[in-house]
Amino acid sequence: MEHSGWLTGSLVYLAAAVLAVPVARFLGLGSIIGYLGAGILIGPFALGLVSDPQEILHFAEFGVVLMLFLVGLELDPDRLWSLRKPIFGWGSVQLFGSAALIAVVAVAFGVEWRLGVVAAFGLALSSTAIALGVLAERNLMSTTSGDGILSVSLLQDIAAIPILALLPFLAGEHGQGGGWLGAAKAVGMIALIVLGGRLLLRPALRWIAKSDTPEIFTAAALLLVVATASLMNAVGLSMALGAFLAGVLLAESEFRRELETDIEPFKGLLLGLFFIAVGMSIDFSVVMKSPWLIAGVVAGFLAIKAAVLWFIARTMPIPLPERPVFLILLAQGGEFGFVVFQTAAQAGVITAPVSSLLVAAVAISMLLTPLMLVAAGRWWIPLLAGLNKPRLSEIDEQQHARVIIAGSGRYGQIVGRLLFANGITPTILDHDAEQVEALRKFGWRAFYGDATRLDLMRTAGGAEAQLLVIAIDDVEQSVELVKMAKENFPALTIVARARNVQHYYELFELGVEFIERETFDSAIMSARTALEHLGWQPHQARNLAMRFRRHNVAQLRQMAPHRKDEARLIAAARQGRQQLEELFALERQQAAERQARAGWSREPATTDRS
Amino acid sequence: MADSDIAPLAPREPAAPAGAEVLVIVAHPELEQSRANSRLLRAARELQQASAPGRIEVRDLYAIYPDYVIDVPAEQALLAAARLIVWQQPIHWYGMTPLLKLWVDEVLSFGWAYGPGGTALRGKDLWLVASTGGPEDSYRPDSYNRYFFDAFLPPYEQTAALCGLRFLPPSMLHGAHKAAEAEIAAHARTYVERLRSYPAWPEIAEAGECVDCEVPLTARPLENLAEEAA
Repeated sequence: MEHSGWLTGSLVYLAAAVLAVPVARFLGLGSIIGYLGAGILIGPFALGLVSDPQEILHFAEFGVVLMLFLVGLELDPDRLWSLRKPIFGWGSVQLFGSAALIAVVAVAFGVEWRLGVVAAFGLALSSTAIALGVLAERNLMSTTSGDGILSVSLLQDIAAIPILALLPFLAGEHGQGGGWLGAAKAVGMIALIVLGGRLLLRPALRWIAKSDTPEIFTAAALLLVVATASLMNAVGLSMALGAFLAGVLLAESEFRRELETDIEPFKGLLLGLFFIAVGMSIDFSVVMKSPWLIAGVVAGFLAIKAAVLWFIARTMPIPLPERPVFLILLAQGGEFGFVVFQTAAQAGVITAPVSSLLVAAVAISMLLTPLMLVAAGRWWIPLLAGLNKPRLSEIDEQQHARVIIAGSGRYGQIVGRLLFANGITPTILDHDAEQVEALRKFGWRAFYGDATRLDLMRTAGGAEAQLLVIAIDDVEQSVELVKMAKENFPALTIVARARNVQHYYELFELGVEFIERETFDSAIMSARTALEHLGWQPHQARNLAMRFRRHNVAQLRQMAPHRKDEARLIAAARQGRQQLEELFALERQQAAERQARAGWSREPATTDRS
Repeated sequence: MADSDIAPLAPREPAAPAGAEVLVIVAHPELEQSRANSRLLRAARELQQASAPGRIEVRDLYAIYPDYVIDVPAEQALLAAARLIVWQQPIHWYGMTPLLKLWVDEVLSFGWAYGPGGTALRGKDLWLVASTGGPEDSYRPDSYNRYFFDAFLPPYEQTAALCGLRFLPPSMLHGAHKAAEAEIAAHARTYVERLRSYPAWPEIAEAGECVDCEVPLTARPLENLAEEAA
């Protein structure tokens, strides 16, 4: 019975995840919504395939622990130290600011004060799992908002412990562990983990790695996290916090990458399970009973937290386009809230129905978060990004420069600078208003506008300029611009940047004479350096590189007519390469012979001659 | 600034032109500063345009090889097809401009222009057309250049001799910096006239077929000695 239960359970969870996540991703909703949806679907209130969400939730919480271990691995002690201010400063502002506001509003609505305080602290916490999961999924870890979110999450993890410890006092009882003793134990345990981590972990891992048994290393990695978590748990500290500490301690070790790859799949699956459990634990019977009350609670606490977060984002400051993610990820409730409400209910501070109502509110906010992120990504962030950009009108003043440069990215800028340094001020067109604004500050004649538009190119002076430098990085637009320019300004000489060989040929067929492949010359310079370091004389390396270049360009041109015939292209390329190799080999041989013949080798020549 | 004597933008890879009887190699690193050489180059170009194909080919080395990467086979093919080779250059530090020297180093190669089997240039004519900044009277023992200009010609003469080239009497314009407009114009006219009339030059008739083309063995470089000795 026990055995088959385990099997059915795995079957249900895995199948639900495998079905729901791809569907959610396909709909552009992200994997977290998929897991949550799968949880609701198999949970007691829909199909009822699984009955005990709480147990699963406890088990799956280990996914959060693993995740924090991984976050710790990415964060060496120096970086953590540099985050101390945001963690304790902004983190406290978020937690205590939000909690105070929520409590005040709750009491104002006639809620009993103790319930208000419990609800406030439970709701002020945010879901580390979702927040960090989204940051990782979107690669936002190293942004300002990423730092902000991580800092606030860490403080919440630290603060959750005293919150849980203080709950019983609200009920008028005394906590189980003596206050001072408990604190001393906690400090002692953290010191033990830090010291042990510093002194023992690395040698131990090195010893295990020497055994050359990959699965044992994986087991050791898991053991490490489980051990730290249980040590923390034993003194009533957050398991996740312990795992995070262990991660930080190993961030600088040589095992970082290996640990990451070993733990990653476990974390992924357990986090998935965790989200499924959250989905399952939404008690829809409670929701059905008082839908408006729950909607009000959700909307209310989200709004209050968002207001506090907006204040933080403005003061920190977090760049405008990054703020929606910061707001949405931290405004939601979190898994730790579940624990707070359960503990409070056990301690008798709040009643069981109120607890399920609050748990439902938190779960719903967690369900809404990914949806809000999708909506924000579609409508809000582009709007903010637009606001952030300087508004520039398109080029409207007739220009008369001898050179027009289309595109002012890295490529166009270098072209422009060399011209500028030689007394030629080119007219620069770019479709990135911010870039144009920046260039203008440096005294460039830069204008905002789409260079592929005939009217704008006319205004830019296409009819009288000598040269058009096409430095834009979009292949299609570059080709379009060439066509337009060839048709309307036949006298204009075009100097073009090619992103790759196919682009080169497209430009070539359109009659562009001066084309440079954008990475070709830098690659050749690197090859030159390589030859020098392998013992070639610098000047000889230069000669070989330049001749290789000439050969390559000539060959590229020769092959232009066959560019669509892949087989021929490959054959010609191979033949060309062979020719050059043979030529260089012959020259090396001749040089060697000449040296030998003339006795010009580095050894004293006199010994050869009498 | 964009004077017509500066080569128009051309593809970096020189398309090897068909050979010509008269091959004019121009090597001036700062044509935009030049009065005499740019004038001569322009005149030679005009002559090329007016002449039948295959008669004269003018090559501005610094425009063709701005990166100093000389296409040796292409240059050798042109030399092989020519009868008269002209080096048109300003005298820099009593000798060739650097790209012309590099051209000599690389194109006049061992086994092709000299040494065993190096007979590609034998019997052809070499004509130096050069200018100096200093006036003619500065090339005197009592002036700052301390030598008569002839003292700086042996490297040219011997380069020609080693390749079996006949070194025709050079055409010099001294004091090019200060030369009067009329003087430069006259010089250019003579230059073009010479290029047009080659090989019907009086001094060629006087010089006979080839001045002492035979290079004594001792003038050969080291590797030959080693080979002969072996």
